Amino acid sequence: MTYIAKPKLHHPTLGKNQLGYTRRDYEGTISTLCAGCGHDSISAAIVQACWELDIEPHRVAKLSGIGCSSKTPTYFLGNSHGFNSVHGRMPSVVTGANLANRDLIYLGVSGDGDSASIGLGQFAHCLRRGVNMVYIVENNGVYGLTKGQFSATADKGSKSKRGVTNTEEAVDMIGLALMVGATFVARSFSGDKKQLVPLIKAAIEHRGAAFLDVISPCVAFNNHAGSTKSYDYVREHNEAVNRLDFIEGKEEITADYAPGELVEVTQHDGSVLRLRKLAPDYDPTDRLKAMSHLQERAAAGEVVTGLLYIKPDSVDLHEYLNTVKTPLTQLNERELCPGSVMLERINAALR
Amino acid sequence: MAKRVEAVNDFVVKFANVNGSGSASANELFARSILRMGVPVSSRNIFPSNIQGLPTWYEVRVNERGYQGRRGGVDLTVAMNPETWAQDVREIEPGGYLFYDNSKPLPQSKFRDDVNVIGVPLTEICNASYSDARQRQLFKNIIYVGALSALLEIDPNEIERLFSEQFKGKEALLQSNIKALRLGRDYVLQHLPCPLGIRVRRASAVGNRIFVDGNSATALGAVYGGATVCAWYPITPSSSLAEAFIHHCQKYRVDPATGNHRYAIVQAEDELASIGIAIGAGWNGARAFTCTSGPGISLMQEFIGLAYFAEVPVVIIDVQRGGPSTGMPTRTQQSDLLACAYASHGDTKHVLLFPEDPTECFEFGAQAFDLADRLQTPVFVMTDLDIGMNTRLSDPFQWDDTRALDRGKVMSYEDLEAGKDFGRYLDVDGDGIPYRTYPGTHPTRGAFFTRGTTKDRYARYSEAGPDYVDNMQRLLRKFDTAKAMVPKPLLRPAARPARFGAVYYGSTSAAMQEALDVLSDRGIHVNALRVRGFPFQDEIADFVASHPWVFVVEQNRDAQLKTLLVNEAKVNPARLISVLHYDGTPITARYIVEQIAQHAAARTVLPFRKAAS
Repeated sequence: MTYIAKPKLHHPTLGKNQLGYTRRDYEGTISTLCAGCGHDSISAAIVQACWELDIEPHRVAKLSGIGCSSKTPTYFLGNSHGFNSVHGRMPSVVTGANLANRDLIYLGVSGDGDSASIGLGQFAHCLRRGVNMVYIVENNGVYGLTKGQFSATADKGSKSKRGVTNTEEAVDMIGLALMVGATFVARSFSGDKKQLVPLIKAAIEHRGAAFLDVISPCVAFNNHAGSTKSYDYVREHNEAVNRLDFIEGKEEITADYAPGELVEVTQHDGSVLRLRKLAPDYDPTDRLKAMSHLQERAAAGEVVTGLLYIKPDSVDLHEYLNTVKTPLTQLNERELCPGSVMLERINAALR
Repeated sequence: MAKRVEAVNDFVVKFANVNGSGSASANELFARSILRMGVPVSSRNIFPSNIQGLPTWYEVRVNERGYQGRRGGVDLTVAMNPETWAQDVREIEPGGYLFYDNSKPLPQSKFRDDVNVIGVPLTEICNASYSDARQRQLFKNIIYVGALSALLEIDPNEIERLFSEQFKGKEALLQSNIKALRLGRDYVLQHLPCPLGIRVRRASAVGNRIFVDGNSATALGAVYGGATVCAWYPITPSSSLAEAFIHHCQKYRVDPATGNHRYAIVQAEDELASIGIAIGAGWNGARAFTCTSGPGISLMQEFIGLAYFAEVPVVIIDVQRGGPSTGMPTRTQQSDLLACAYASHGDTKHVLLFPEDPTECFEFGAQAFDLADRLQTPVFVMTDLDIGMNTRLSDPFQWDDTRALDRGKVMSYEDLEAGKDFGRYLDVDGDGIPYRTYPGTHPTRGAFFTRGTTKDRYARYSEAGPDYVDNMQRLLRKFDTAKAMVPKPLLRPAARPARFGAVYYGSTSAAMQEALDVLSDRGIHVNALRVRGFPFQDEIADFVASHPWVFVVEQNRDAQLKTLLVNEAKVNPARLISVLHYDGTPITARYIVEQIAQHAAARTVLPFRKAAS
């Protein structure tokens, strides 16, 4: 059985958000992934983030490519339209969907095989175009559905479950995203919900291409010693540069922070990101410094996480294209068709 | 002295130029001036895959009867390219004319005894009048147009009128062009006997027709058809279609109040992304298309299968060129039929439309979007380089203002709120077409998951065989429904009862009209059916069944329409005789006549078995 509806019943005291929805209203069907899969934690974080942001579930469109990660949109936001497209091509489908209706929230879910191998081109071009979306890569360094081959994000020198050493350089998706102009770049770990949920919320609020690389261990094929994408390895080497604490509205700062410890970033919609600095000199609005910091720490074997880069005054594809505010899908004949009188003029000019 | 070809309003002029020399606009000016005299012309660019330096030709057929096909043969060659001289001279009909620049003398061996030679010192005239190198280059073209106007009795006032329309508000340009025109014209009038045996005489055979290229017409059709999202990747010969769409949208799709665009056009990174963007937009409720040529179709295969199986409306315009591989990128063919009809892996069949000229490019360019929405499937508009990139005299575009966009079966918020049962792949009406919902319609109803994997009628993932078969059978029913929606074939009955039939489509039409007339004059009577869409209607099979022999005329090597007819319309292959032309040049009436006449002569006696069947 591959399709299991979850029971709708829930505990009467379960909290409701401002729309009157419980977290359960943001869930999908029961996951068919392996027990303990990092991807399920990411799905839960997406549910949590959407519930906390009071997003109407049907105003989200969730799209994916092919692979374990790309199956997950079935397991969250059951009242949203979903689209499981073809391998590595989610970015183009989201681009088109977004052009058609700029009023929805676009959540693109992909994996390292989907986005770093077959879809590397679309990954880069979608980000450089500034498509207003959240692009989540559930990164486990391995092909799960086809049973354990290395993916392009597997680190050089890491070992497969069968004991084979990877001799190829890893594709650095964060580095690529920064290079091609993504305006929101973050990395997190599926095992760190406290870090992940606020990052997803901030990414949703961001205008433009927001990229989230989430290390998400594969319990079946890549959770062994010698892997650099296992729970143990990531926990040991995780170096968070900051903690994102609040994001909506400008609440009063109540906690005590040492001077210079807090960075505030205001996004286009007025939402404020408060970042608690963990690395003292890290400035997430400085793209070049972010790139060199990441290179340095990666060379030292660390997995740098947190909000790595944000461009507060970001612009999205619709602004570049100067499209009308009304979604293109809602334009009518009168607005789209120039009519017979104009056609007669066109004919006359062609004689 | 060679004999002279004598013809009024019925001849072929071929310009041999060097690519990038600015000849294209001068040559088009020449063609338009004849049109303004009320005489139909058809013009064709024969160009290399190159920006500058390689040979390029422009062929103008002047024909008062209005035949638009390529005739074959050349009556007057304007030889401006030394590199192709020998070939250009060889093509001239006996008694024809060779126009060349005689500023430098050429040995007698370069000429033919049976061709009339007209030398005009274009370079000399040009150098005496202009000092700037670029001006010398450009105005040399206008000077030969002036010279030709005298030789062919083209009214110079018509050319000057065209200049004043083109250079409205640019007085200096206008005057310098008129000057160049008169330089050439005056020289010829003073030094050479005028006119030639071939000449233009004012007529009224153009009527209200328009002179336009197919790509521009298809793009305009997309504007009228309500397309809002276009994604494309540059490829000859379809790039000018996307560029025309951009141009039309800038003119007709800007919100006058805000200056915002009622369209979104993305030049994608490749054809995979182009079709992906179009499918994403179609899924989300916009009218979207991509335009491409054969290699692009190959790249889009996987996505096309997804759109077919997930039932996403999308329009794909294939401006066909010579394949396979890079093939002949700047030459024409009709060789993508099978690649499009069965595009993608697994069992697929797609709706195809075959416009014959720019007028139908406009009509089908708009209709394709209604069909895609109504049938929730990819729809292909199959044009080619010959229609797409050549300006052709065509019937004016028409539009009925009462026509509404047919968005097909879409469940609204109200439908869902009223509790209507929604199953994305549920065949409610028995026509195989299910209902869809746009994302974002209703907070708790109507959401579904689109996937290329098997699903049940309620869009739930299923790997069960019966669910799969149920869905595939419904897709067949849907394809059957499409038969009644695609444009019907058009019959052109022979003047007398005919044993022969002919089936043709697309850009072959122009040459076919003429071929049928010529054949009829020779006593070979052929009923002709022009196929305009796929899936095939029953009358196509009936047409074949009612003739002992049917010629299938097409521009590819493998008889692709014939294959489709046998496979899909279940016609008897023994009745079909292929007439195939695929050297990259547009098929000519002469070629069709020759082929059909040969076959007809071999079949003057009806075989007993066929007569009895």
